[in-house]
Amino acid sequence: MNYKMMIRIHAWILVLASAFMLPALLITIATKDAPAIRGFGCSIAIALVAAGVMAFIARNAERRFYAREGLVATGMAWIVLSLVGALPFYISGRIPNFVDAFFEIVSGFTTTGASVLSDVEALGKGLLYWRSFSHWVGGMGVLVFFLAIIPTNGRNDGYMLHILRAESPGPSVNKIVPKMRETAGILYIMYCVLTVLDIIFLIIAKMPVFDAFCIAFGTAGTGGFCILNSGMATYTPFAQNVTTVFMLLFGVNFSIYYLMIMRRVRQAMKDEELHVYFLIVLTSIVLIAFNIFRYTPQTEGLEPTIRHAAFQVAAIITTTGYSTVDFDLWPSFSKAILLCLMFVGASAGSTGGGIKVSRVMLLVRNLRRNAHQIFHPHEIRIVRMNGQRVPEQTIFNVNGYLAGYVIIVIVSFLLLSLDKGNFSMTTNFSAVMATFNNIGPGFDAVGPTQNFSAYSDFSTIVMCLDMLLGRLEIFPILALFSLSTYKRS
Amino acid sequence: MKIIIAGDGKVGSMLTSQLSGEGHDLTLIDNNPEALESTIERYDVMSVEGNCASMEVLRNAGVEEADLLITATGEDELNLLCCMTAHGMNPKLHTIARIRKPDYAESTYALQKLFALSLTVNPERQTAREIDRLLRYPGFLRREKFANGMVEIVELKVAADSPLKDQALYDLSNITHCQVLVCAAVRDGKVVIPSGDFVMREGDRLFVTASAKNLTILLQSLGYVKQKIRSVMILGGGRNCYYLSQLLIKEGIDVKIIESDLERCEHLAEVLPSAVVVHGDVSHSAVLERENIQNMDAVISMTGIDELNVITSLYADSLHVPKVITKLGRADNLDLLSKMPVGSIVSPKELCCNSIVTYVRAMKNQVGAAVTMHSIADGQAEAIEFIVDSSTRHLGQQLREIHFKKNILLTSITRGRNIIFPNGDSSFEIGDRVVIVSNGGTIQQLNDIFAG
Repeated sequence: MNYKMMIRIHAWILVLASAFMLPALLITIATKDAPAIRGFGCSIAIALVAAGVMAFIARNAERRFYAREGLVATGMAWIVLSLVGALPFYISGRIPNFVDAFFEIVSGFTTTGASVLSDVEALGKGLLYWRSFSHWVGGMGVLVFFLAIIPTNGRNDGYMLHILRAESPGPSVNKIVPKMRETAGILYIMYCVLTVLDIIFLIIAKMPVFDAFCIAFGTAGTGGFCILNSGMATYTPFAQNVTTVFMLLFGVNFSIYYLMIMRRVRQAMKDEELHVYFLIVLTSIVLIAFNIFRYTPQTEGLEPTIRHAAFQVAAIITTTGYSTVDFDLWPSFSKAILLCLMFVGASAGSTGGGIKVSRVMLLVRNLRRNAHQIFHPHEIRIVRMNGQRVPEQTIFNVNGYLAGYVIIVIVSFLLLSLDKGNFSMTTNFSAVMATFNNIGPGFDAVGPTQNFSAYSDFSTIVMCLDMLLGRLEIFPILALFSLSTYKRS
Repeated sequence: MKIIIAGDGKVGSMLTSQLSGEGHDLTLIDNNPEALESTIERYDVMSVEGNCASMEVLRNAGVEEADLLITATGEDELNLLCCMTAHGMNPKLHTIARIRKPDYAESTYALQKLFALSLTVNPERQTAREIDRLLRYPGFLRREKFANGMVEIVELKVAADSPLKDQALYDLSNITHCQVLVCAAVRDGKVVIPSGDFVMREGDRLFVTASAKNLTILLQSLGYVKQKIRSVMILGGGRNCYYLSQLLIKEGIDVKIIESDLERCEHLAEVLPSAVVVHGDVSHSAVLERENIQNMDAVISMTGIDELNVITSLYADSLHVPKVITKLGRADNLDLLSKMPVGSIVSPKELCCNSIVTYVRAMKNQVGAAVTMHSIADGQAEAIEFIVDSSTRHLGQQLREIHFKKNILLTSITRGRNIIFPNGDSSFEIGDRVVIVSNGGTIQQLNDIFAG
């Protein structure tokens, strides 16, 4: 293990964290919010001092860096970032329990959007901004940002690929241009442009400017923190529709946008994951709209029903977790569809969470092959994706990922059931699904109008780990807690 | 620049290391996913899996926007087809092909015109020429030529009985009886650019700049009796061996080849009528003794297996064969090997990479680019030749007034037929050929050597 190089990366992460906090600090100064100013001021000071000390310790780090270091550094960086990010909430006294503050910011960086607060408006604008901005940073990934800005010496820089692979979601992650720095830069530029477009449309839709920024950050990172107690319900229908469209756009693989920029639109449009993703979205919207019409006698009319159905489907499949209505009151078939969408999640290479559409496709295709081979044991079949052969190693990894996914869901469900609050099974299961898939709201006692504050500290920590496991796709966090990582042999 | 390298083998990965270090955008094509994976884990490059001559693969590698394509796959025909296809897709593309088969050696120039290739490289033939040059002056471990062959940088090892041992550099011209300059020295695996009070020790490897005319004087003054090499034993009968034998036979040297593959032996006997071809396993010392290895003037180990080459060279050295040359295909542990008495080390992939990197640098800097470039001291330093032109700064100024970058040594200036070993009074004039040695930092053009 190359500890010095890892310390050096973490020093950078702390510097970045303090840079990210600066705009929030300026907002607190503008709004003359004294406790919040103290919160951000102290946090930035602590982060910078720690970064200085760490940079000094790691001043002569070697650049040897392998897959193992990449995994552990990524897992560790997210925990360090969250610990620092939680400080403003704790020091300002707005969230007096540190575990709750940690939950809130982990939920922010992992783009979950689950909150422990019943009255979010009491946080003050600076902290609200920080919460939403953490979604934006966590969406594309803080280490990808780091890769886009660090200076490189040109030699032996292949190690950065391990970091990109550890942080970016999807079954097979690769660069889009030869240089890592440019790849990361292109990803962030596309991300910024889409975010700015979202902000402009929201402002046109008569949303206040501050709200437009925060909601756009939450949409871009597919996070889901709201800044009003009423969620998204009070914004204009146009603003809600804009958000629906942008949530879906941020749930698309970003390399498709790159292909479009490179004028290879035809190739981009042929992508099978894209087809399946939009197919799932449309089918779910139609089914839910019908279901609501059938079973809810006094509906508000056609337009609002479709609008809410579309919004909620987009919010759940992209794992954003905004809500315009209390979908906990919907008929149970609609709720079941939403629960299924929680599993599926967004596309690989997007900012969303979940299993990812392409993994689900690979799992289904592999299952079909296995079933076929029971009857025709000697036939050789190949799993394809976009017409190309999928390497057996990728299928192997996807199966391994699914096993890990199921085990983590079961274990977390068991651990949450131990909670002294003795919540219903729906509550506990949906809480695991909502945090592990980085969605936000679940059903019942953790539904869209409720929050996670009733859980004990132990359950809160379990859910924090679930969120990190979900965002980083299991292995970086597992590597961090596995003994064999630290053995010399 | 955007560069595509087809073939992620020995040459491909050495080029990747060198060119990605110089900041180019590299895309590698190979049909072996494991080789690609291990390369992209080490270097900041992109990879595309597939057949490099297929249009789809080339398109995925971005051939339409690329500036240069280097083909170094195992097959000459594939290299040519790849360059041809790519050139059709992007007429502005520069292409470099590796062509190794002796069958095409004669047609290389025609192929170059026909397929609009910018450059062809033949590492085996380059190796053969390099070895041939080394055999002419057996005292030197390596020879690199500059300024159309007028200036050379030669490598010497300070032996226990050498007159150079324990002498300081400023006494050097009294010993050598001719003007030379030590431009780099390797001691314990580290390279230094020595100053006048540097004292030479046993085991040091020195890189000496000398005029080509003075090489014989230099050798004689160092106690090497220059005996002409009359008989050479070549171990291993590959392509290298064929090219080398051809050259040696033309010079009237007796060549004996030992090769373990019977069919190959018969082929060599057919195409090289003057050579003695022996079928036998070179890893058996009995075979080598039977073929009279101890009485040879030179032994060249050039089988396809590096380990075997090292062992046979060590064996030849132990029998006091005057000149031993070892060919290394991988050349990974050069600093370890240079401590062993394996004689001169020749690496085809390094020769090949040097000529390609020279071309790439010339492409990048249209004016003032390097004319020749050789990496010396196991790749830790570079010796580069430039031509002074009107864009060169500090023209006509005395050198003592010019500030140079650190780790740079000006070794010689060739003006017309005169060779100047520069001192404070020298100056640059248009048309001069300047050879500099640099360890650390890439020198792309002559103006890069000036500080500020």
